[in-house]
Amino acid sequence: MSNLAVLPIILPLLAGILVAFIHKKKTMVRITSQIIAVVNLIVIGWIFIQVRQNGSLVLETGDWAAPYGIIIVGDLLAMTLVLTTNIVAVASVFFAPKSLSEQQETYYFYSFFFMLIAGVSGAFLTGDMFNLFVFFEVLLMASYGLIVLGNGKAQLRESLKYVLINLFSSMLFVTTIAFLYSIVGTVNMAQIAERVKEVEQQGILTTIGILFFFVFATKAAVFPLYYWLPRPYISPNPVVSALFGALLTKVGIYSILRTFTLIFNQEVEMTHTLFIYLAAFTMLFGVIGALSTNNVKLVIAYNIIPAVGFMLMGIGIFTEVSISGTIYYLVHDMIIKGVLFLLIGAIVYAAGTSDLRKMGGLIHHYPVLGWLFFLATLVLAGIPPFSGFIGKLQLLRGGLAEEEIMIVIVALISSLLILFSMIRIFIRGFWGEERELEHPERKSKAARMVWPAAGLLALSILLGVGAEWFYPSIESIAEYLMDPEIYIDSVLKE
Amino acid sequence: MEFIMAILAGILFTTGIYNLLQKQMLRIIIGTGLISHGAHLFILTMGELKTGERGAPPILTEGVESYTDPLPQALILTSIVISFGVTSLLLVLAYRASKINGTDNMEQLRGNDYE
Repeated sequence: MSNLAVLPIILPLLAGILVAFIHKKKTMVRITSQIIAVVNLIVIGWIFIQVRQNGSLVLETGDWAAPYGIIIVGDLLAMTLVLTTNIVAVASVFFAPKSLSEQQETYYFYSFFFMLIAGVSGAFLTGDMFNLFVFFEVLLMASYGLIVLGNGKAQLRESLKYVLINLFSSMLFVTTIAFLYSIVGTVNMAQIAERVKEVEQQGILTTIGILFFFVFATKAAVFPLYYWLPRPYISPNPVVSALFGALLTKVGIYSILRTFTLIFNQEVEMTHTLFIYLAAFTMLFGVIGALSTNNVKLVIAYNIIPAVGFMLMGIGIFTEVSISGTIYYLVHDMIIKGVLFLLIGAIVYAAGTSDLRKMGGLIHHYPVLGWLFFLATLVLAGIPPFSGFIGKLQLLRGGLAEEEIMIVIVALISSLLILFSMIRIFIRGFWGEERELEHPERKSKAARMVWPAAGLLALSILLGVGAEWFYPSIESIAEYLMDPEIYIDSVLKE
Repeated sequence: MEFIMAILAGILFTTGIYNLLQKQMLRIIIGTGLISHGAHLFILTMGELKTGERGAPPILTEGVESYTDPLPQALILTSIVISFGVTSLLLVLAYRASKINGTDNMEQLRGNDYE
């Protein structure tokens, strides 16, 4: 038992409250937020090292013993994701002043931002089904605040849809928790995992599992529940899009990963085969969406969806290799989606339009931006030796070992199409005749927007090139996930 | 008793979803309200009601053997507070969105101007 496990939730929460008091003073709120975000990252990095050396941190809040109280479990998977979340957060908080208008910055952007980080970290760390719901609500509430910030016509229209779909799926989540509670009589994940084996009617558990999957799939944008995602994600400011694209769908995927390795691992034949099919459709439809539009922001938003498909594929194949691929891809995707949304924010700002047909020749004015975007494209598509490649390699290896040839082919085709959809932006946006800039006065600001994204991208490249350093930890997480007993023991028998 | 409650929750869900599929913004919000009521009643039912063996207040003292499970009630309370907050936010958001866009008809709020 250790109080450290609660710090990733408490620190941003307090920071969010603190910066709300000074929200009118622009410079002060900006610098305070940047300092707090960096301090937060350092603290979490330290906790991460502790967890790596000494094993999971389990906190029984208020000293209520395990199945009764609220449990926070900081295992290696949760801490890895929390650390990645905070890395993206630091990049976003340095990008924010360059991209937000003064009004947006002084109207509680930083408060909502920290609340979002608190909610995401909480969702990763909680060891209790009902608290997962509560933290989902915390992060959604913060995201509602962020998505309406700016008050534009299209923005309000899209955020209304975003709020509605999330509200509906949250209500389904509560209902499903009620179902589960009536069967197993507990909401503590470790105790649920222990009791599901003793339940006589496994059929009803599978039904509940599918209901949970439905809820998480709505949040994670899995086929056929992805339709709500692209437009609300591109309507707010680029920094908000980056946070959403990098973090929110990943919370959904994490929940699927956690519940379907820990709790609903009884009827693998049925549930996980379903995942493989859905993963294939998710990849194809997502990438078709990305190819269908000339709006560069929409292309990036659609590219979230095939990535979700890749991660779901690993869960569906359900071997140690494929799960390690999913985790690697999860970390990689959180970082690279942050990079892409930040870069595309800078591109749209520089070009003054998000319509690909009106762009061209940007490379003459913004060489750094152009080549960074090209690198990010390669990372996203999984060209070796970048990080996308390592994750995909593990996923494909897992697929081939289990002889799931269909999904492997679909994954390869959609990777190629992802590369095509992205390189299209590079060729048509950056190459071509040199044109007069519509907004030459934006040049210095757009050039400064690049640096936070460049930092993240460097990290992403390190994740791929230095895969040998990172892979053993990822592999040990996969091993840990495939054996639910370790989790149950660490929570219940202390 | 549980049977009747389950049917009631079902009716709330049906009317909620019917309203959710309407075009008028306010109706949709009422629909979400009805669905959350249904969900809350449902949690209450799942914790077993005051019938049969377990019909007593949840007091922990020596010798008390029959009591209603208090946990679902704690869950509902949390869930009610959350849905209360979200509904009020949704009302304000719908008001702003309809005022700025000049309509509260979801059909006209589809937003096809991106392609």
